Amino acid sequence: MQAPLLELRGINKSFGPVHVLRDVALTVRAGEVTALVGDNGAGKSTLVKCVGGTHQIDSGEVFYEGNPVQVHSPRDAAQLGIEIVYQDLALCDNLDIVQNMFLGRERKRGWVLDEPEMEALATATLAGLSVKTVSSVRQPVSSLSGGQRQIVAISKAVLWNSKLVILDEPTAALGVAQTAQVLELVRQLADNGLAVVLISHNMNDVFAVSDRIAALYLGQMVAQVKTTDITHAQVVELITSGRSEGLAQ
Amino acid sequence: MNRVQNLSLIGALAGVLAVFGILNDQYLSLSNLAVIGQAVTIAGLLAVVQTAVIICGGIDISVGSQAGLAAVVSSMVFAWTGDGLANGNAFAAIGVAIVVGAAGGVVNGVIIVYGRVNAIIATLAMLAAYKGIAQLISGGRAQGYLLTNDLFIFIARGSVLGVPAMIWILGIVALLVHLLLKTTDIGRNMYAIGGNAVAARLAGININKYIISVYMLVGAVAALAGIILAARSTAGHPTAGSEGLELKAITAAFLGGCAIAGGKGSIGGTLLAVTLLGALEIGLTVVGVNPFWQNVAQGALLVVAVVIQQRRTGDRAVGLPG
Repeated sequence: MQAPLLELRGINKSFGPVHVLRDVALTVRAGEVTALVGDNGAGKSTLVKCVGGTHQIDSGEVFYEGNPVQVHSPRDAAQLGIEIVYQDLALCDNLDIVQNMFLGRERKRGWVLDEPEMEALATATLAGLSVKTVSSVRQPVSSLSGGQRQIVAISKAVLWNSKLVILDEPTAALGVAQTAQVLELVRQLADNGLAVVLISHNMNDVFAVSDRIAALYLGQMVAQVKTTDITHAQVVELITSGRSEGLAQ
Repeated sequence: MNRVQNLSLIGALAGVLAVFGILNDQYLSLSNLAVIGQAVTIAGLLAVVQTAVIICGGIDISVGSQAGLAAVVSSMVFAWTGDGLANGNAFAAIGVAIVVGAAGGVVNGVIIVYGRVNAIIATLAMLAAYKGIAQLISGGRAQGYLLTNDLFIFIARGSVLGVPAMIWILGIVALLVHLLLKTTDIGRNMYAIGGNAVAARLAGININKYIISVYMLVGAVAALAGIILAARSTAGHPTAGSEGLELKAITAAFLGGCAIAGGKGSIGGTLLAVTLLGALEIGLTVVGVNPFWQNVAQGALLVVAVVIQQRRTGDRAVGLPG
């Protein structure tokens, strides 16, 4: 088995008196979709924000490609090749697809934005992910459907030759057909060799695309297993009670 | 959509010119058009930078007072470096005024970013404060006499290729801000901050730096407008000519297509709108309408501009506007 791309050991994080993450360990491998599950308030989003540099961890170790690293800002994370697609869709409605995909990292020629190159790269990235639902990369994001927006947000993450893509509830607000499109894209990312962390509440989504499941319960990592070794009911049990009878750890 | 907006502004401008041209045959003369151009310049400079700050999701109500402060500062520095009234160093006068303006803008930005004060409240407060400072240091009187200096004479009355110098200044500033907004990553990030500040932050954009910088830009350009104002009126006065400019600048920005929530707007639209306002103002004067109606007309236009914006964005009319 290949070495993990990202390994977290003993991560702790508190907000004031609230101890949100307690000695959390997590292993994420390239070419796999790792589903991160847990109830509301279990600490999923906080864990992701710690990896992404939005929050600082209080204690613990982060290993990336086998080396200990420190992530102090979203820029640090991006430099490592970690991209996060946030739940609340971090897209600017007033900008078009290309502008959103390159937001904060525009290509320039001298002082001036290099629009043709950005447009070509955005088009190529969408094509590489077999995305066919958007007709023009110059469409404003405000004109896109929820599923299309999610696909743009995910493609944006891929554009940066990132190695690890973290998706926070990518299908939460989507209809059936759009969910299927997004999940297809999630699987495509892993098949292209990226490590994918999928945060989801939806067991159907989790079992449809994930290779491994990591369950958080009240800030603690209670299980990390292969998806094939666990049943639907057992995952629900882990989420709701933190334990599951007869689960081989 | 932007094009539709600009076309309707051009239409309105043509309409205004036609109506007043029929009412008064001097209105469309070249000399009167130059008068319109000059009347527009000072408000135009403020409107251009107002557009930039509104695109970032902010607003600067203090621009008029900042221009008044710069008018006083530049003429006082000019007097001090000279014989106490005139004949001083014009470059020092202009330089100090612009530095003071930029510093005032930074103060605005810092209050908004670190004090976490709403931009409207912060700059409304500074509208009063900067006006007070200008009145304090000048004793409420006009200061200095600028037209002993060739540079000030050039700014006030000079022209290049038949176009008044102050219109050149507006044109150059407008072009620079336009290029900044449309062709650089800085401009792109400004639109992003106004469109979705959270997304911009997650994309690694240092929002605080941008907000403070854009208010600094507003302060510096407002100072430039104040200097032109002082040169035109031969002396720097704390309020004469600068009071009420904020209303013109904000009206022009919204009429030109800026969205109140930020993320939308263009320099082209703002320039068209400011020209429309100027043409209307001069027109009303030329046909002899009571000048007090000017304020009514301008206030009404601001409301109309925002109503049009709201209709266009399709905001549902439920509850109070946020």
